[in-house]
Amino acid sequence: MSAPAERNTALTRLGTWWANPWGQPRFLVIFTWAYVLWSLVPVAVAVLFGFNDGRSRSTWQGFSLRWYIQDPDLSVLHDPSLRDALLQSLKLAGLTMLIATPLGVALAIGLARWRGRGARPANFLMLFPLVTPEIVMGVSLFLVFVYLFGFIQLGTQAQLLGHVTFTVSYVVIVVRGRLFAIGREYEEAAMDLGASQWQAIRMVLLPMLAPAIWASLMIAFAISIDDFVITAFLMGDQSSATIPVKLYSAARAAPSPALNALASILLFASMLAIGIALLVMRRSRKKEGAKQSAVEDFARLEI
Amino acid sequence: MCGRGSSRADRNVSKPADERGAVGEGRWLWPSFALPGVVWLLILFVTPFYALIAMAMGITDPIFGDTLPVWNPLHWNYATFGDVLGEIFTGQLGVVFLRTLVYVVAATALSLLIGYPVAYYVARHAGRYRVLLLLLIIAPFWINYLMRMLAWVNLLATDGYVNQILMFTGIFDAPREWLVGKPETVVLGLVYGYVPFLILPLFAALDRIDQRVIEAARDLGASPAQAFFRVTLPLSYQGMLAGCVIIMLPMFGDYYTATLLSGSPKTNMIAKLIEQNINASAGGNTGAALTIILMVFVGLLMTYYLFSVARATREARS
Repeated sequence: MSAPAERNTALTRLGTWWANPWGQPRFLVIFTWAYVLWSLVPVAVAVLFGFNDGRSRSTWQGFSLRWYIQDPDLSVLHDPSLRDALLQSLKLAGLTMLIATPLGVALAIGLARWRGRGARPANFLMLFPLVTPEIVMGVSLFLVFVYLFGFIQLGTQAQLLGHVTFTVSYVVIVVRGRLFAIGREYEEAAMDLGASQWQAIRMVLLPMLAPAIWASLMIAFAISIDDFVITAFLMGDQSSATIPVKLYSAARAAPSPALNALASILLFASMLAIGIALLVMRRSRKKEGAKQSAVEDFARLEI
Repeated sequence: MCGRGSSRADRNVSKPADERGAVGEGRWLWPSFALPGVVWLLILFVTPFYALIAMAMGITDPIFGDTLPVWNPLHWNYATFGDVLGEIFTGQLGVVFLRTLVYVVAATALSLLIGYPVAYYVARHAGRYRVLLLLLIIAPFWINYLMRMLAWVNLLATDGYVNQILMFTGIFDAPREWLVGKPETVVLGLVYGYVPFLILPLFAALDRIDQRVIEAARDLGASPAQAFFRVTLPLSYQGMLAGCVIIMLPMFGDYYTATLLSGSPKTNMIAKLIEQNINASAGGNTGAALTIILMVFVGLLMTYYLFSVARATREARS
């Protein structure tokens, strides 16, 4: 009984909304929401089919965890090639995060405070990896590991060094924004009160940078786990394939819902990392009573 | 940083000895923070570029037939480079280069057409949905690119939802093979892949525009359309340019989109040839030469982006 009535009021409301000349520009509203649907629904469908009970990726046959854990041969848990890709991705992203963050934080502090002659070239050097097409970096790193640094094996070692190299600059960008916002006043106040330079850094600057450091840990993880080009070029053999590499090689050749499941796990991992980064940034924002939401700051990072 | 001068001066008055120490310490303190990162980048970012050049100027081993780099600039062999350049102007390589250019320009133009209204709406009219919309627009950034392509591989399959819907609505009688050598699929894939990266800088630029400037235009008698075309649009040129550069750079180096969505040599982009050459034992020189040419080709875009980021940094600093 109530359903048609509800639809009626919804329709009326839609009609009023459409006819209201003072409302928001209607074309833009519809266009924007259509864009959001277009950008996210295909991915949602792909995630959904990771939970399909059958083998098809276009006919829904009921919900199951078959492709995640249940299937004894083909699920992510039991197919060694898929499981190894997942582990390799996590290992690489975890290590990259742990190396790139301290390196990037120190570089950000150094570049933000250093006023000497070398500061400008160093700053440009830091920005270069951000603008270099990944394939150029991938090819160059591949060549240098094969022909010059022969003591470094292609595979996990080379991949880790490559990942850190392109992640560092992102860490710098994230931390630097916070450094500029803080300014030097707090450290100088601490030093006026008798702290040494080191104490000022350790006891004033680093605690104030903590939210940015947490956020950059998470961002480094997410960037590393998402990388495809450099990972693929520096891959030794199939044992160092990551999830994106698996997606690339199997999407056309051997697609199965297990591939969707694997991709979904990657999605959940990076969403978790980015969610944590956003929450950390939001909490520090709230403490300081800033008006803008963390999401807006995130959108303005322009990375 | 305006506070710095005054507090220095204060300390100078009270503790001159301490100030001398701070300056002496300060000279090496900040560079030493930057040192590990700079050294890392010198070894693993700058040195690899030299390896790239050495490989492009390298030789083919006369016995084994594989390619080797030549490290000494005095012995560089320019033959491969010349061959590749010749092929670009006269042969098959030129076709691939041209195709890459066409795909990238088409995809960028489409991205701008799609991205501008979205960025405009979110920046100026979204109201209470602003944060939610921003969150949804940022989301694709953190969804793996290949997963987003995989999603379309599923949808565009012969029995996939796109064909099902098109046949259900009667637009097509028979399923269409979207995934075999269709340039339009590749261009749409590129748009789908990169448009979020264009929307964000555009959003930032549109958001920065002072609302009062537009109100002033309206007060002075401009219609909404005139206010948009003569005030908002010109003020957002910088953002449009930045957004286009940001997506064109990775598009020129993209080989996976075409491979996943078409898989045919007819839609290969230049980066695919690089990948194939580098992975073949005899193609090292050619692959490296192509990489350098690609880099010089996008050098203008890179320089523009580099300087605009550096300028933004200086503005944030002062």
